[in-house]
Amino acid sequence: MSPIIARDLTKTFGAFTAVDRLNLEVRQGEIFGFLGANGAGKTTALRMLTGLLKPSAGTAEVAGIDVSRHPNRVKQRIGYMSQKFSLYEDLTVRENIRLYGGIYGLKPAEIRVKTEQVLRELELTDLQNALARALPLGWKQKLAFSTAMLHDPAIVFLDEPTSGVDPLARRQFWELIYAAAGRGVTLMVTTHYMEEAEYCARVSIMADGRIAALDTPARLKARFGVGTMDEIFRAIRNA
Amino acid sequence: MISLNGLSKSYAGVSALQDVHLEAYSGEIFGILGPDGAGKTTLFRILATLLLPDSGSGRIDGLDLVRDYRAIRRRIGYMPGKFSLYQDLTVGENLEFFARVFGVTVAERYDWIKDIYAQLAPFRARRAGALSGGMKQKLALSCALIHQPKILLLDEPGTGVDPVSRQEFWDVLLRLKATGMTILVSTPNMDEAAKCDRIALLQRGRILALAAPDALTTAYPLPLYAVRAEDMYPLIRDLRGFGPTARCYAFGAYAHLALQTPTPESAIRHFLESKGHRQVEVFPIPATIEDTFIHLMEQSA
Repeated sequence: MSPIIARDLTKTFGAFTAVDRLNLEVRQGEIFGFLGANGAGKTTALRMLTGLLKPSAGTAEVAGIDVSRHPNRVKQRIGYMSQKFSLYEDLTVRENIRLYGGIYGLKPAEIRVKTEQVLRELELTDLQNALARALPLGWKQKLAFSTAMLHDPAIVFLDEPTSGVDPLARRQFWELIYAAAGRGVTLMVTTHYMEEAEYCARVSIMADGRIAALDTPARLKARFGVGTMDEIFRAIRNA
Repeated sequence: MISLNGLSKSYAGVSALQDVHLEAYSGEIFGILGPDGAGKTTLFRILATLLLPDSGSGRIDGLDLVRDYRAIRRRIGYMPGKFSLYQDLTVGENLEFFARVFGVTVAERYDWIKDIYAQLAPFRARRAGALSGGMKQKLALSCALIHQPKILLLDEPGTGVDPVSRQEFWDVLLRLKATGMTILVSTPNMDEAAKCDRIALLQRGRILALAAPDALTTAYPLPLYAVRAEDMYPLIRDLRGFGPTARCYAFGAYAHLALQTPTPESAIRHFLESKGHRQVEVFPIPATIEDTFIHLMEQSA
């Protein structure tokens, strides 16, 4: 069964429909790009899929769990990195890893092993006692991604993880995403960088709470008769 | 105009800006590019007279950056990188507030901002904190413009904003530029950098390069190819193991391969086919700003 399934998933706030009958299915090990303009409903949809917001109608299953009925069980099975910085700035690199390890219910011995592993993989061993606030943004984001993965979730949601990050650090971040997908992790990623949409196996583009297009980048470009994802994004936004 | 002469600033012994020289002219959009921590925000805070430089001097519209700070504040519009309007006030109230601070009224200045503010009009009664990223950006610009500044300082206005809103924002900047405004804008987005008249690349507080975008990309020194195959991530890893490779990174649907020495396309193709890649495409390309940025960053690292 697909790790992420949404069927007619809907969220209304009063008279406003933020997400309007969202349907999608993300495959195991897939990097799925979740695109759309500011205010199109991406974050609301992600908050429902991650069990943070109760849907008004429709259903979603994440890791085989119904998000409306068991939102807390969903949270244990997924990783989530929000667009806002998700580390504690006043804690050191090492303390952040330990804190998240504890939150995700890892045993102290597991936390010790994971801490060394993360520090080594991100080449942060020399900076392990530095405050998180002192890290450049690109490193913070890599560390936030690793802490979201401490409990080895099979599914990870990344909300604008590379926003404001420079071109080099952005590419280094995407290599972490590729490596995770290579291990079979399913990733759902939002971004405003259209060249990053090309790095996804499939993308959906939301407009006014609905999915306006969903396919591989190559097939979308062929269907719209254009050369870049940017042009598709503009065509949908201006429709 | 803005003119900076050897500006330096450090925090507790850590250098944030070192000997920065630059001039930005009336009717020019001048871009400051650099990674996080390069000193972009420190530079903007000094220009906004919110921070004193340790050494060096600067003039804004002919006024001294340190001595004439009060007069400078009336001549500049500053949009900080972090959304800094009052989240609990409505769109209309925020604009009213900034107009009053500068002793003007929204009514008398409305023509000046209507271009951008008209797009916000339907949300006049909404609290600023509840706006989407693109709308926040437009409101912040409206507030920074209400007193008709001659110099506009924009610290990463495009971060977290979707491509279409970013385009609309830049359309407004081009119209402001045409009125003779001096616009200094920082960005990590290279599509925005390409729209500037001139750009300075900042790293660890130093300007690595300063020129028009075209001049910077033309000066790119290495042979550069676009490469594509069926599986992109393995392709990039394999290309990094190719003898002549200087660097290889993903650029949308293609990987950009920079070589240390000129190598025929056929040799690249053969190497990739020997690694089992299929549907290999290789062709030479001119460098983009992003290629140039990565090159200069890695070279100075």
